[in-house]
Amino acid sequence: MAGDDVWVLGTHMTRFGRYPDKDWVDLASESAMAAMADGKVTIHDMEILAAGSLFNVSGGPGQRIQKQIGQTGIPVYNVANACATGATALRTVYMAIKAGEAEIGLAVGVEQMGKMGMLSGGTMKVSKTFEPEGRYGAVTGIDGYLGTEGMPGVFAQAGMAYANEFDGVGFEQFAKVAYKNHKNSTRNPLAQYRKEFSLEEVMGAPVMAYPNTLLMCCPTGDGAAAAVLVSAERLKSMSKRVQKRAVKISASVLTSDPWTEDSQVLPDVNTLTRNAANQAYEKAGVDPADLDLVELHDCFATAELLHYDNLGLCEHGGAGDWIDSGGPFREGEIPVNVSGGLISKGHPIGATGIANVYEVTTHLRGEAGDRQVKGAKVGLTHVIGLGSSCAIHILEKAAA
Amino acid sequence: MVTKKATTEQVPLVDYLRLGARPHLRAHECTNCGARFFDRRNACAKCGKTAFKNARIRNSATVRAFTIVHRAAPGIPAPYVSAIVTTEDGTTVRSNIVNCEPSPDAVKLGMKVKFTTYAIGIDDEGREAIAYGYQPV
Repeated sequence: MAGDDVWVLGTHMTRFGRYPDKDWVDLASESAMAAMADGKVTIHDMEILAAGSLFNVSGGPGQRIQKQIGQTGIPVYNVANACATGATALRTVYMAIKAGEAEIGLAVGVEQMGKMGMLSGGTMKVSKTFEPEGRYGAVTGIDGYLGTEGMPGVFAQAGMAYANEFDGVGFEQFAKVAYKNHKNSTRNPLAQYRKEFSLEEVMGAPVMAYPNTLLMCCPTGDGAAAAVLVSAERLKSMSKRVQKRAVKISASVLTSDPWTEDSQVLPDVNTLTRNAANQAYEKAGVDPADLDLVELHDCFATAELLHYDNLGLCEHGGAGDWIDSGGPFREGEIPVNVSGGLISKGHPIGATGIANVYEVTTHLRGEAGDRQVKGAKVGLTHVIGLGSSCAIHILEKAAA
Repeated sequence: MVTKKATTEQVPLVDYLRLGARPHLRAHECTNCGARFFDRRNACAKCGKTAFKNARIRNSATVRAFTIVHRAAPGIPAPYVSAIVTTEDGTTVRSNIVNCEPSPDAVKLGMKVKFTTYAIGIDDEGREAIAYGYQPV
């Protein structure tokens, strides 16, 4: 733990699900305190707090959490970055430590979505009088008239664009992603859903936006996740037991979407992921072949398949073959989303980008119980926030 | 096809849809690099230059990606086909595929399609809104 590396000292996630008897402040506070307890520190040790919540950011989530667990006067950054919100909060603390502004800090991500229904980029506005409004001079809502703005359809199109370009990708390959992730979630006590479905059941479920059926879409839900990050120097002053459980952040990368021809009408989730992955592998000095597990952004089954290729887990153009050959399964070459992924573990938006760091950290510590990837030493987390942002973190087990 | 009634005023659903004898889409095109945008931009998102001209987008296109939407926005008949098409002059457009059965057997990747317009409704003041779509050739 030399040099200027940043380490995960403690981490926690609540089970994802629905918490009608709690509010998002309760969930975030519970996770924050548990992450600090996990690292044997308290809020009084923290020098910075970053709090992410897409739907509550204007309410000052960091300060609200502090009022529940300890108002210490430290700087607070409230963060929103679509589905990359949690990862962006984590990276905020990471950058503060890298910059020497803090030695230790807390990142919290939370969302309470309840049963808010299908998310859409559109306004779904229906006009009684056709007057031009907005940047496109639209006289009424365009969702459904000029293509879809609903998320299942947006990501279905992203998947179909890949299928158009490369052979061996179709409904069945996309459906296998959901089959795998539902199956994985049966081993994860923190997953929102823990039910296995056959491939036939996945393909036969009600269609949301072909090829995405209901079982190929992530649910809405509630949950929180938190992580305490610490500098290498500060970690050295801590107990051997704490040091042994710490996990190194070998790379922390955030990208936005560069201009591409398609991106005006179809969010390009590929280019920014490729850019982030290339930077992350170079910073960490790690190859995709070195990865023991990956938690990536499977908001829809069609999205996961693209990222096998974008993250270099398979040959370029070979994502269909890779899932057909079992590559991303638990027993495969590089297990992907052993937690159950967003599809089955759940996707409370602000929590997701820290929850996947919790997941990988837990495997690298060898504490993942039934779902443990044996001997895991290196793992990667990936999230996409539409708009767009991509965050990748590469984590490594402490040398014995 | 637009069924024209002499008494009904027609308005385009969006301002980059140009109606008239030969309906088409019109984009703001960067005079430096040729990138096209349906809305106004302060500078080109591709090259950063600030001069734009109007560009008429060609009406023939190819389907690059599609989805068949069963769970649609309120008031939208479902299922319908949403698609990403590339026009013959290389512009990417999102729209519905119309006059086509909403089934994976009928819609194909790489399918040739043609620009068309259709009426989507009449407002309280009697104006008819016209949308655009693409239909199989």
